[in-house]
Amino acid sequence: MTTSWPILSLLIWLPILGGLAVMMVGDQRASLARLLALLVSALTFLLSIMLFASFDRMTAAMQFVERSPWIPNFDIFYSLGVDGFSVPLIMLTAFFGVIVIVAGWETIEKKVHQYLAAFLIMEGLMIGVFSALDALLFYVFFEAMLIPMFLVIGMWGGPRRVYATIKFFLYTFLGSVFMLVGLIYLYLQSGSWSILDWHQLPLSLTVQKWLFFGFLAAFSVKIPMWPVHTWLPDAHVEAPTGGSVILAAIMLKIGGYGFIRFSLPITPDAAAALDWLIISLSLIAVVYIGFVALVQEDMKKLIAYSSISHMGFVTLGMFLAFAIFRNTEGGRGAALGVEGAMVQMISHGFVSGALFLCVGVLYDRMHSRMIADYGGVANRMPWFAALAVLFFMANSGLPGTSGFVGEFMVILAAFQANFWYAFLAALTLILGAAYSLWLVKRVIFGEITNPEVAKLKDVNAREALLLGTLAAAVLLVGLWPEPLVNLMHASVDQLLQHIQQPKFNVTGI
Amino acid sequence: MKSSTMLLAAPEFWVLVMACVILCVDLFLREERRGIIHMLAIVTLIFAAIITLRVDAGGADMRSALAFNGSFIRDSMGDVLKLFNYLVLAIVFIYAKFGLRQSRMFRADFYTLALFALLGIMLLISANSLVMIYLGLELNSLATYALVAYDRDSRRGSEAAMKYFVLGSMASGMLLYGMSMIYGATGSLDLATIAEAVAAAGSDDRLLIFGLVFLVVGLAFKLGVVPFHMWVPDVYQGAPVVTTLFIASVPKMAAFAMAFRLLETGLGGLHNDWAQMLGVIALLSIVLGNLAAIAQTNIKRMLAYSTISHMGFVLMGFLPGTAIGFGAAMYYVIVYSLMSAAAFGMVILLSARGVEAEQLEDFKGLNQRDGWYAAIMAMVMFSMAGVPVFVGFFAKWLVIQAAIEAGLVWLAIIAVVFSVVGAFYYLRVVKLMYFDEPVSEARIQAPVDFRAAISFNGVLMLGLGIFSSSLIAVCMASFGA
Repeated sequence: MTTSWPILSLLIWLPILGGLAVMMVGDQRASLARLLALLVSALTFLLSIMLFASFDRMTAAMQFVERSPWIPNFDIFYSLGVDGFSVPLIMLTAFFGVIVIVAGWETIEKKVHQYLAAFLIMEGLMIGVFSALDALLFYVFFEAMLIPMFLVIGMWGGPRRVYATIKFFLYTFLGSVFMLVGLIYLYLQSGSWSILDWHQLPLSLTVQKWLFFGFLAAFSVKIPMWPVHTWLPDAHVEAPTGGSVILAAIMLKIGGYGFIRFSLPITPDAAAALDWLIISLSLIAVVYIGFVALVQEDMKKLIAYSSISHMGFVTLGMFLAFAIFRNTEGGRGAALGVEGAMVQMISHGFVSGALFLCVGVLYDRMHSRMIADYGGVANRMPWFAALAVLFFMANSGLPGTSGFVGEFMVILAAFQANFWYAFLAALTLILGAAYSLWLVKRVIFGEITNPEVAKLKDVNAREALLLGTLAAAVLLVGLWPEPLVNLMHASVDQLLQHIQQPKFNVTGI
Repeated sequence: MKSSTMLLAAPEFWVLVMACVILCVDLFLREERRGIIHMLAIVTLIFAAIITLRVDAGGADMRSALAFNGSFIRDSMGDVLKLFNYLVLAIVFIYAKFGLRQSRMFRADFYTLALFALLGIMLLISANSLVMIYLGLELNSLATYALVAYDRDSRRGSEAAMKYFVLGSMASGMLLYGMSMIYGATGSLDLATIAEAVAAAGSDDRLLIFGLVFLVVGLAFKLGVVPFHMWVPDVYQGAPVVTTLFIASVPKMAAFAMAFRLLETGLGGLHNDWAQMLGVIALLSIVLGNLAAIAQTNIKRMLAYSTISHMGFVLMGFLPGTAIGFGAAMYYVIVYSLMSAAAFGMVILLSARGVEAEQLEDFKGLNQRDGWYAAIMAMVMFSMAGVPVFVGFFAKWLVIQAAIEAGLVWLAIIAVVFSVVGAFYYLRVVKLMYFDEPVSEARIQAPVDFRAAISFNGVLMLGLGIFSSSLIAVCMASFGA
């Protein structure tokens, strides 16, 4: 396949325009809206598979590049392109685009067309985030994405949805405006909005530190890192199932992607100087938030905290590289950290998405998310129980599932950096198992105590299909991660090459 | 020779003539045929646009052509602003027709007063001497005072008009006092001559600085920025909503032009001095406007405080004193006028017969009553909050860029933080429309021209955002950037 047709633009605009079309269908013809939305999201997923198939794994250069002027007065281009970091995330986004449409098939009854349109538009915007090569374009996608999510949580969410969604919006908005100031500063310094130009821009260490904190403000809230994570449990608990799935599976990854695309390559020296900060915050997230997850009584909250803890692995893996460079000759193992972080992002996407769907399945039947209301679900829902146990096992990092691969790679890399990093990070294997399996014990196994549970019906075909697909994905990445890792190999190597070169004394500033 | 320079002011003459014509035509119209007045006013604006575009002084350099002994200037900034004046005023008239009919105040006075105000605005935009600035300003202000008191039986309206009149006269006095000192220091009323004299005198001329302070005070009042903002919430709330719609949109462009002419064309040599003052004013406006808006339950008042903060953002564009900065401020003010017109248009739409939908509560559950109107209002609110991809974001981005360019990174950071504070009260409107249940199930009805205008206005929020380059290019080109 050639790059003669704009596959990235199609990936972005097909769902957005499809979303508008779904909105036009209107409230009265809900089933037509559903079919149209499914068609659009399926086409988008097919496109993403074509992207995957024709992606050249040998090079770290940007591929499928599109570039045309957008705001010529300020050298802003509509410029898109993908490398080994963006392709897996775009595929994940397109995959979940289909999943959420199917997940909301019967459960959403109010304003169906707006619900579906919001998710389709969000999907296009998120793919835009992963493929934008112009910083202002990136920012536009990055922020615009908040609007559909704000509406989704607020319109179809739980009882405290207004509080949760405004908190979500303002928190992320506040984080990203600091980044905007940084981006404008970079433009005024360089005369260009191209992210790739900025990678080569020499900057003094002080300036790099300021910029680093600007980026940190945006991405640490998004991913989220301790201590700016507090919006996430609220948003997750109140969001409808589909909202939680997208939030956990895709939106958090945008924070991680931002670190890889902005923080590390644009301000490598500041990142090297401040890696202790990120590593400390990551380890706090892994360990402390792991303990917090243990005591949750609400299933969605527990999964939300477990997400924060798992995202700690992502930031840890990315920022281990500098310690490894200092400790070892040639920095063997640094690649393992970054690749581990990427695998962890993909894996967490599948696992957390699946877990929220599982909770959704239970919630649709019982209208409760409280662990105490359940017990003995396996007796009534054996198929569901089998799948849910698999996902919780993957969440605790069971070998053979995707959850194991990323965590293992990061822990291996952590050993190269510092024994204690590895020790603390490895605690997650115990903590993760503890909160995941204890939840399984209390909800799925045991005696039926609640008479409502006795009336439960097992998953229907639609739910079985959803969870089955995700189970296959979790096992596939767990047993055969090679295609995924190959995809990003060249880009990871290039990134590590790049961040080893100091930027601040190139031209003597 | 003389007639060819007179032609430069052809749009102004046209508006003047038509305002008088409408005044007379109304005398011979029966009550039920008043629609003709509306049509005449729209035709006036359309032809004004055509004249502005087509009629020039026979090949004179349109970048800056002078008339009336140099006191009138026709340049591309003025033309662009005037064209947007006509566009926004046409939208205002369409909204106002519906609003006036609803509240049984559909009389020709509104149109004539608004057209006279427009004439003042156009003179202000094209002013090249202190006298012309004052003339334009007073013509605009006097017409506006009357518009505020348009509903003569409303006590709040009369109170607001009195307040506006007294404070406005004070501000005019300040401005005049400042002008007299500038005249004393430079010996001229002509802005170009003043600029030369200022360049020669340098910035340590006490008298000049003293005059400048008074000019800035007068300007700050007209823009409605802190600490001269007190009138804004009261006038916005007290005036009938059709008047608020007018005050909040078109005259803002004139205030920008006036600030540019006075400060840059005339007193550009004192940039360091006025940039400091404007910096403080901008900062205070952004902070106070956004904080005070949170506490409001009346949407007119809320939008008034939001105006204060928006005008603070406009002033940020002045700080670097570069073409790009002024272009950013001009872009902001045009975008703001369009956003503001749409927001008040929605308030008019929701007003039931005779009762204004003044409370935020009136927006409850709008999405369930009519999804399209809710979407328009949501776009306006997100745009005002500065969320991409709506046009308000691009305006904020450009002025913040201007502030950073001027080396004021701290001001930029405070401004963006308070724009997040501002996002809260805009989101609250979205929350009311989308997340709450409606209080009234009454169907929302509006004539077809109103629906077309508000749809156009709402879609502009998105369209000007996605295709933002052309308007940005036009604004930048007006200042040669």
